[in-house]
Amino acid sequence: MKHPSSDVFFKYGSLVFAASVIGVIALSMVVLVRGAFPALTTFGFRFLTGVDWDAAAGFGALPYILGTLVTASIAIIIGVPISLGIAIFLAEMAPDVIKVAVSNIIELLAAVPSIIYGLWGLYVLRVWVANYVQSPLQNSFGFLPIFSGTSYGLNFLTAGLILAIMIIPTVASISREVMVSVPVSQREAAYSVGATRWEVVRMSVLSYARSGIFGAAVLGLGRAVGETMAVTMVIGGATGASALPTSLFKPGQTMATILVNQLSEAESGSLQLAALLGIGLVLFAIAFGINIVAQLLVWRVLKVQAGAVE
Amino acid sequence: MRRFKNKLALWIGALCAALAMIPLVSILYDVVKNGASSLNVDFLTSAPGVIGQAEGGIGPAIQGTLLLVGITIIMGVPLGVLSGIYLSEFGDNPVGRVIRFLNDVLAEFPSVVIGVVIFTLIVLTFKSFSVIAGALALSIIMLPIITRSTEESLKLIPNSIRDASMALGIRRWRTTLSVVLTTAKSGVVTGILLAIARVAGETAPLVFTILGSQYFFSGLNSPMDALPIRIYRLALLPYPYAQAQGWGAALVLILMVLVVNIGVRLATRGRLYTTRSRA
Repeated sequence: MKHPSSDVFFKYGSLVFAASVIGVIALSMVVLVRGAFPALTTFGFRFLTGVDWDAAAGFGALPYILGTLVTASIAIIIGVPISLGIAIFLAEMAPDVIKVAVSNIIELLAAVPSIIYGLWGLYVLRVWVANYVQSPLQNSFGFLPIFSGTSYGLNFLTAGLILAIMIIPTVASISREVMVSVPVSQREAAYSVGATRWEVVRMSVLSYARSGIFGAAVLGLGRAVGETMAVTMVIGGATGASALPTSLFKPGQTMATILVNQLSEAESGSLQLAALLGIGLVLFAIAFGINIVAQLLVWRVLKVQAGAVE
Repeated sequence: MRRFKNKLALWIGALCAALAMIPLVSILYDVVKNGASSLNVDFLTSAPGVIGQAEGGIGPAIQGTLLLVGITIIMGVPLGVLSGIYLSEFGDNPVGRVIRFLNDVLAEFPSVVIGVVIFTLIVLTFKSFSVIAGALALSIIMLPIITRSTEESLKLIPNSIRDASMALGIRRWRTTLSVVLTTAKSGVVTGILLAIARVAGETAPLVFTILGSQYFFSGLNSPMDALPIRIYRLALLPYPYAQAQGWGAALVLILMVLVVNIGVRLATRGRLYTTRSRA
């Protein structure tokens, strides 16, 4: 069949727009590498391992990289098990009415802007953490270094908690999708030998959906690594060596928050600006890697099973 | 014992669901409780007062958010819809798969990084924070969301509809735009609305693109205020009035975002629309 030229134009015209995604990603990489170049050449590998953050001693990104890892880990440790509980409940156990209501509410939780989580974190969650988590722990175990610190509630733990709350909708809804996509035959096989609902979930659903659920958790990790405003407002904003995450109850900083705190005021052409863009580059690379892995895992499970049904 | 374990699993699941809902309830409760008292016409329309004085409002912030979202829609929606059309109608090949994959990656990308890129590219080059830079950052955030929801909506349209149109001798591009896109309209519009609600609340990329400002709109190439930025700036001030104003601004923002979200969900209730909107 001969294609009219207008159709060919339409096809390749829309391809140009679709390909803009590739352009955006490539351009971002180039822009960040170029901007960070002065800092990378001046400090070399020390940029990743240094802890100082001033013009005299130089700029090192280690405290912020570790800060991101620590807060994201807290978020995963707390958020993923709860998300899995929700996903199992919604996919396998809840009555239909509750299912619809709960999943709608969870999706609204995902729609609340980050800045509002931040405001709530600053005025509500922070106070709660300071009074009900921090004081008891410090009173009983205050001699342990990981519980030392100031008592305002602006710290790694509060930041990790708010991240946990924020990743739950993502991890829960994708895990549920993955579980729902497990073929009925898998469940029926288990039911037919007399398994209870929980045994079906444990034996057929969870084992079958394992890699997809792992992918959902990795997506949650990506969210936690890149989340910015809510963390900025509760983490306290330390810089330099004092921002190293040596205690849960210490003010710190993540890669995303130091960008918000300093980038708009950094002097044009300064080494500090280049160092901040270097942190942007590291964040870009980490987020890119995490998301590629997550998409591959989730995509494989969902697409393969969709294909099998057709 | 096995029945007990079954019951236990059910209760743990329900408990997790209940636990996850506490923050939403608490957020809504606190925003309404603390924000409602600030809301009045003067607060919504006047510019911020002198810092430290309990006066002024969030007029420029509301104006800025509406303006930014407007420009973002103009730049981001056509781009996203056309990309979605490509992926759905012509994207069943290696190129399409690569684009789809990168699109999903970009959709999950930290918005702060996109802000940093636009800051380096636009703000540093032109030596000025600007509305245009902000709208550009928001468009890039919006693009992959709209692309994905458009693609998924178009894919739900059965091929018989495409064939029927082509059989009448209507060309492929007319078929796509006038028949397929029109049939999928509600899904496409839903995706666009959810994307708008998402970018309206974005803050991090705005901090280093539009910066925030005390004044009303004064040109596309100058700094500008927006609701999320105003909330952030107010929260950093140590005065009780600033805290009350911050909650007030948060109430306005959350109303905007949730009205769109709840409205869309009610309008599409029961329909087969299962895009991973924020997935």
